[in-house]
This record gives sequence, structure tokens and C-alpha cells, in this order.
Amino acid sequence: MIILWTDALIYLLILVMLALGLYLRGKEHIKRPLQQIGSSKIGMISLVVLLFFVLIGLLDSVHFKPADDKKNEIISLLDDWATPLREHGEKTYSAPFATKLYSKEMMAMPDGSMQWGYPRLEFGGRHLDDPETQRIRDILQKGFYGLAQGVGLTGLFMMLYLCIPTLRRGNTVRVAPAARAVVNPSTKVVWLVLFIIVPLATTLIHLSAYYHVFGTDKVGEDVFYQAVKSIRTGLVIGTLTTLIMLPMAIIFGILAGFFRGWVDDVIQYVYTTLNSIPGVLLIAASILMVQVYMANHEAAFTSVIVRADMRLLFLCMILGVTSWTGLCRLLRAETLKLREMEYVQAAHALGVKQGAILLRHILPNVMHIVLISVVLDFSSLVLAEAVLSYINIGVDPTSYSWGNMINGARLEMAREPIVWWSLTAAFVFMFALVLAANLFADVVQDAFDPRRSGNE
Amino acid sequence: MNNPILAVERLSITFNHRQTVVDDISFEIHAGETFALVGESGSGKSITALSVLRLLPNNARLNAEAINLHGDDLLKRSEFELCKIRGRRIGFIFQDPMSSLNPVMTIGSQIEEVIKLHFDLPRDAIQQRVLELLQQVELPQAPQRIKDYPHQLSGGQRQRVMIAIALAGKPDLLIADEPTTSLDVTIQAQILALLKDIQEQTGMALWLISHDLALVSSIADRVAVMQQGKIVETGATAEFFNQPKHPYTRKLLNALPSMQNCLAHSTEENPPLLQVSDFYCHYPIRKGIFKRIVDYVRAVDGVSFDIQQGKTLALVGESGCGKTTLGKSLLNLIPGSGRVVINGVELNGLTGEALRRQRANIQIVFQDPFSSMNPRMLVGDIIAEGIRALHPEVSAEQRKARVRQLLQQVDLPEDSALRYPHEFSGGQRQRICIARALAVDPKLIVCDEPTSALDVSVQAQIIQLLKTLQQEKGVSYLFITHDLAVVAEIADDVAVMYQGKIIEQGGVAEVLTQPKHAYTKKLLAAVPVLKMDH
Repeated sequence: MIILWTDALIYLLILVMLALGLYLRGKEHIKRPLQQIGSSKIGMISLVVLLFFVLIGLLDSVHFKPADDKKNEIISLLDDWATPLREHGEKTYSAPFATKLYSKEMMAMPDGSMQWGYPRLEFGGRHLDDPETQRIRDILQKGFYGLAQGVGLTGLFMMLYLCIPTLRRGNTVRVAPAARAVVNPSTKVVWLVLFIIVPLATTLIHLSAYYHVFGTDKVGEDVFYQAVKSIRTGLVIGTLTTLIMLPMAIIFGILAGFFRGWVDDVIQYVYTTLNSIPGVLLIAASILMVQVYMANHEAAFTSVIVRADMRLLFLCMILGVTSWTGLCRLLRAETLKLREMEYVQAAHALGVKQGAILLRHILPNVMHIVLISVVLDFSSLVLAEAVLSYINIGVDPTSYSWGNMINGARLEMAREPIVWWSLTAAFVFMFALVLAANLFADVVQDAFDPRRSGNE
Repeated sequence: MNNPILAVERLSITFNHRQTVVDDISFEIHAGETFALVGESGSGKSITALSVLRLLPNNARLNAEAINLHGDDLLKRSEFELCKIRGRRIGFIFQDPMSSLNPVMTIGSQIEEVIKLHFDLPRDAIQQRVLELLQQVELPQAPQRIKDYPHQLSGGQRQRVMIAIALAGKPDLLIADEPTTSLDVTIQAQILALLKDIQEQTGMALWLISHDLALVSSIADRVAVMQQGKIVETGATAEFFNQPKHPYTRKLLNALPSMQNCLAHSTEENPPLLQVSDFYCHYPIRKGIFKRIVDYVRAVDGVSFDIQQGKTLALVGESGCGKTTLGKSLLNLIPGSGRVVINGVELNGLTGEALRRQRANIQIVFQDPFSSMNPRMLVGDIIAEGIRALHPEVSAEQRKARVRQLLQQVDLPEDSALRYPHEFSGGQRQRICIARALAVDPKLIVCDEPTSALDVSVQAQIIQLLKTLQQEKGVSYLFITHDLAVVAEIADDVAVMYQGKIIEQGGVAEVLTQPKHAYTKKLLAAVPVLKMDH
């Protein structure tokens, strides 16, 4: 097993979240909002979708060298599972579910003559003898088979879920009643979503063994595989950047607002200065720096994937460093307001130390702002990645990302006949992720804002 | 009596189809009379007034047999026709003159706007009318002030402008929704006199909405009392105050703090707990590029006073006189200078850890029960905060026990500890704040207008609670207030503050019955007193 830098940070993030979960487990005032999220249909639906994305992202974050190492490459668990997808490349573009190439070329006919036409694909629909007549039927058949697999699988899980608690109750062992209480009220919806997502996934997986469900790109690579691989890049850019940005924004913003005076002056100077340097310039400079560094230390960056990972990490860091100012400004303003609130004054009067006031009175009361901006930033960062890829200072051109896919689609849209599937696949995946994140954040915010949760 | 100007029959208003805020009420207002609708907050009195003009929020449902204005049923009028009635036939004065005026328009043009809307007059005539109106509401130097912006006027002057706007349409009925609540007593008296004057000049009807029974008794002809959406009693003022029939009305009248109570206080001398001498609180005014200090705002300008152990000193004054600044700077929340000695320990000059240790001696209860508690902390944690900070050695179990005990002392259920502040009413929140202050066993609690945001009956309960706690624990209070009636109820000594200085102090009976300073006399004269025959 090989741990890349971004992998390590992702594991760290998960550890932190687990620790936080353990710490907050028994807290009454945390449990109630969680129950509210649990009872919100939209919240649970978007959570399930998000978790699905996260699961794929995590699978794609466990890297190792395959046992039969020929090409000195590092692959992830996801790659291992999707080996056929990865290796079944065509020559160039092909449409979704196509059996023939998208462009004409000279083909050698069985009788030895040469003909100008659309050649059969090497892998897509290879098992068919006569694609024209069998294709639709075959797709439906295989699709249905995949669907049935998914429904069966979900059904099995549901049976297990329903049976195990009864068994346990028989043994008078009750595990995690709190966790069940959190999920219970909208279990139905969760199962409904699972019954949609899992069969959809199995159908796609099953079909992708025989066809290119989202077509292939210019060099003949499967677009479905690309889109799935891009999930990790999107999640990494969205979460790691935030992880880097948040501490700076929160600490500086709150300190500036709370202490005012020279602390405020210094912090304001820092962020106004940083703000007046064009972000693109900083990003370009740091990416070039990394590239130069990697070129000078070639021994440490032997694999393509390690290089791409280093570049991704630096992109996250530099995006984080340039994007904390907006949130910092908001938090400073909010803290300026909060520090005059009477409960802060009462805390002063009670002899509470300043650090404790910051942690107990200021920080929790700005968290809603942090939450909102994190989610908004998450989506805008995913988009920023696309823009940066456009001017070639985004993620490495060899790594998969929706940005790269959309960037490539620029030329494909201008082509005649048009190649629409790369863009569509990237759009659908990105849309699902960003929408789910936005909806979930809304619900979380409603639940954790005491003034609003009181209304319902 | 002749035909009523406004007759409301069987009016009901529901919110979101379930919460009934006004429940089947009927009343009439006659020409030239002053009708007062009295009730505590949440009783539905403001909503009733808004419903007459159909200005209800979107989630409200109105149900009524008729709302007749001069026999003309407003319910049958379209929204378009109502626009001609609002402001023209019925004028409206809102509670808060700060937020009812557009800050970027001159007051002249705001009055002009209303006149243009309802009368087709030439330019000069409009200007003439604006000036007339401003003179009618007795705005000093009216001709020069037409071009003033709202921020250039004081609170009382703004309310005068609001009245001028309401009068611009020459209405038959003027609805005044708590017109003086946010004003000082002396200003309040002026505004009420003005309203009465104008009513006599124009012969319009005045519908006064108020929570203040004493104020109502001095101005109204007829009074109706609302409780939880119902009118429980209606009657002519004299009859109403002399022989209240409904138990709720009697309860309200009994809850009123009375100036007579001051005579009951004991006059024995206790040793002094807090000694303040020559206390200043100046804010520098800086001007120019170099931020040169050109002058100071003298918020507190050399005050000296003592507070005795187990006694209450009331600090009285109008808004802006520096009483809150003084209270807060005693706690070192605002920097001040001067000698402050509590319990033999000199506080000034203390910083850092030494100051933090002394914090336990003085605590504060704030005016606004809604912003004085962290909305994201459980009540138990809020109360325990001081113990955690000043006595970190106390174990978690002991802390919980102490919180339970404190909640009991302020008459709140024990399970309050696990709830959030927003689940409590204003009075309950104020109890929590008192419990928080008591948690560190202070010798002195600064009460900064603790009851002015509360209803009369709740106010009486809180004052009773404060008194009980004083008897039990021997704690002293510095009670900051603008309400002289409350002073009579709770204080042993009084200090009257005016423009940063204490102009008169002494025993409560002495100051309230034989005021020496002219300002104190003026203040006392302005307090609305229940006109009852005793």
C-alpha cells in the first residue's frame, strides 16, 4: 500500500471527524439537531447521495502497486475493480452504447479489400454478432439484469437491517439506540433513495462491462471511468482546500474582531495585501514552482500519479491561502458585533478568561457563517478547478477531473458532428454532488441555528 | 352618543390557521373621543389596529362581521380603495420613531409625500401645509428644520414628525400604537399633551394602544382591556379605574408599582459596601488626520456615591444621562477612572488576574433578556459559567447541584438547565440572568433596567424576586432605571443623574416626596400617575 500526500490528508480528515463524533456523542444539545436532520427528508436524501460520492472517493484514495507490476504504476482500489474499464480503450471517440467508432476510417474487410467506413469498436459491444439487430435488445436485457442485481442487493441489506435488531432484542442486547433514533424517522426515504441509487449503480456497472455507457473520449478512454475517477479530485479540492482555509479564516477573523487595536490592524493589512494580488498569479506561480521542484528532484517523483498528486495538493494549498480572506472579513465583522453583545459582557463580568469567551461565546455563534461559506466555497472551488484547468494551471492534465473533462469539451463542442457526452457526464456528476452538498448544508444550518429550529 | 366613527364587530384573527391572536372582539370609537386599548405584550392589541387598515402579515387570517368606518364597511373595500383610506381617513403612528422614518429623506419631503398622495395641491400650498403641520406638532424652529434629516432630530422630535405625517391627511381617526414607549418620561408627557391638544383642535378621534395603565388613565375617555385576544372589560375611564370588574383588570392594577410604596422602607443605616468617589468616564473625540483629541464626551462626569450592605440604590435618569455607562464601568466593562472600593478592596488599578479574582463581587443583570444570553448554550451551562471561571476547583457534580439550587431560588423548574434560552419567555429569561449573576455569590448586583422590557405583571414578579433574594442573601443592588414608580417599589436610596452628574441623592422617601433639584421635580411631575380616588 502506498499513501499519497492527499490520501494522508484525507485519512487525517476522517480521523478528525471520527474524534469529533466521539467527543460530541453524549451531548444532549448536539443530539437534538442531529435528530432533526435525521427526520428531514431532504437532509437524509442528500446525505445518502453525498455518502455515496464519499464512498467512491474513499475507494479511490487507497493506493497500492499491483502484484503483477509491469508498468511501475500505482493504482487505487477503484482502479483495481474497474480494470476492464481502464484497459478497454478504443481508438478515439465513440458515442454512448455505440458499437462503432464515431469517425470514419479505412477498414480492412474480411475479403481483403479496403473500405471507408465506421469500424467496429474493439470492446464496446464486441460480444454481439450483428450489432444492428441485437444491440437494443441486448442493452435492455443486460440493463434489466443489472437492475435486478441492485434491487436484490438492496433488498438483502434491508432484510438484514430489519432482522438483526429483532435478533438482538431477543438476546436483550441493544446496540446504539441513539444512532437508531437519529435515523429512524425518515428511514423510509433513505431506503427509497437506496433503492434508486444502488440499482442505478449496479446497472451502470453491469452495462459498462459490455459497452461504453458514457462513450469514449478523444484517445478512446471510457468517459464513465473518467467521470467516476473525477469524484475524488472534486472532493479533494472541495474539502482539503476548506481544511486549509478554515483555520486561517476563523482564527484571524475572530482575533481581529475580538481584540481590535493593533491585532486588527495587522490582520487587516495582511488580508488586504493578499487580496490585492491577483489570485491567478499566485496560483500560477506556485504551480510552476512545484513543477520546477519536481523536475529538480526527479528521483522522488517517479510515478505520474505521484506528480499529479503533488500538484493537486499544492493547488489545494494555494487555493486555500488565497480564499480565506472573504470568510475572514465576514467573521471579523460578525465578531465585532458579537463582542458588544450583553452575554459577552456578562461573561467578562463573571471573570471568564478571554480564551474561554472566544471559544464558548464567539466561536459557536459564528459557526453558521462558517458552515454556509464552506458549502458555497465547496461548489465554487469545484468550479474554480475547472477554470484553472482551462488556463493550464489547475490539476495535472494527466489526472482525472471534471475540470479537465469540461476543458476538453471546449473543442468537442466545436466539432462536427458534436461530441456531447464528456461534457454531459461531467455536468451530471458535478451537478449531483454540488446540489446534494447545498441541500444538506441548508438542512444542517436549519437544525443548528437555535432561533430557527424553535419555529417548527 | 352619535354614530361611531369606527365600529368593529366580531373580529377574529388567526395565524397559520391555528394560533388565534384576536378572538371575537367588538368595539366602537366615537368622534372626538380618546379610546385606549390596553393589554400586555402578545395580547393582540397591535394586530387589532393593523387589521383595521388591513396591514396584517401574510400568514394571518382575518374574520369579522364588519369593520365600519362611518358606516362604510372596510371589509368590502378593495385594496386599491383602502390605499385612499390609509393615511387619509385613518392616520397611524408607530411605536418606534427611529425606524419609522426613512433615513435618507428630509422630514419635509416625507410629509410632502403624504400630502401629495391625498390632496391635489399646487407646490406652494403643499410647502405651506408642511410648515403648518410642523408648527402644529410644535417642532421648534419649524421653518429651518424642514430640510433636516431624521438623524438630526432627537427621539421626541422624530415622534413629532411622525405625528405630523399622520396628521397630513387630516384623518378622522388617529391610531397611536404605543406612541411614547421608547421615549423618556418628560418627552412622553410632552407628546401626550400634544396629542391631546391636536385632538381638541381638530376634533378627531384618537385610538391609543398602550401597555401603560397609568398613562392611559390620564388621557383616555374610554378604556378596553385585552387579554389573550379577548376584550375582557370596557368602560369609561373613571368608572374603569375606580371599580374594575374583571379579575384580570384588578390584577393589572395591583401589579402597577406605586409611588406611595416608598414610605414603607426602613431607614436603618448599614455599613457601606461600595464606595465610589470622583468617578469619570470620558470618551475622547478625535478629529483631523492626526486623530488629535479635541474634546471628550463626558458620559460620567465625576460622581460619588455609597451603597450600603443589603440595600438598594436606584440610579435614575433619562436615556443618555450616563447611568448605564456608570453601571458598566463599575464592572470594568467600560474603562473609567476614579476611586471604587468594594468591601474594603480598591478596584481601580487592578488588571489581569487580580481583576478577574475580584469579578465575583459585582455582577450585572442586563435590560434586554433576549440578547443577554448566548443562544447556543444550555441554560445550565450559562448559569454554571461563572462558577467554572472563578471556582475551577468545584467538581462537575457540585456545579450541577448548585445550578439546580439556583434555578429553584429564581422559581424555575429544574429541567430548565437542559433547555436553550429561546425556549423561555422574557420574564423567565430575566430570572435565568439573575441566577447567573447569583451563581458567584456577588455582594452587589448592578441591575440595568432589568424590568423595562417586561410586562407590568411580570415586572412586579421580578421585583418581588429581587426583594426576596435581597432578604435571603443580603445582596445589594445598584438599580438603574428610568421608571420612578419602580424606584419607589424597590429602592432604599435614590441618586438622580443628569448629563453625567448626580444632581440629587438621598433616601427614597425624601427624594420622591420632597425633591430639591428642579430637574427631579420636572421628572416627578412628568410621571403618569393613576388617577384613582383613594
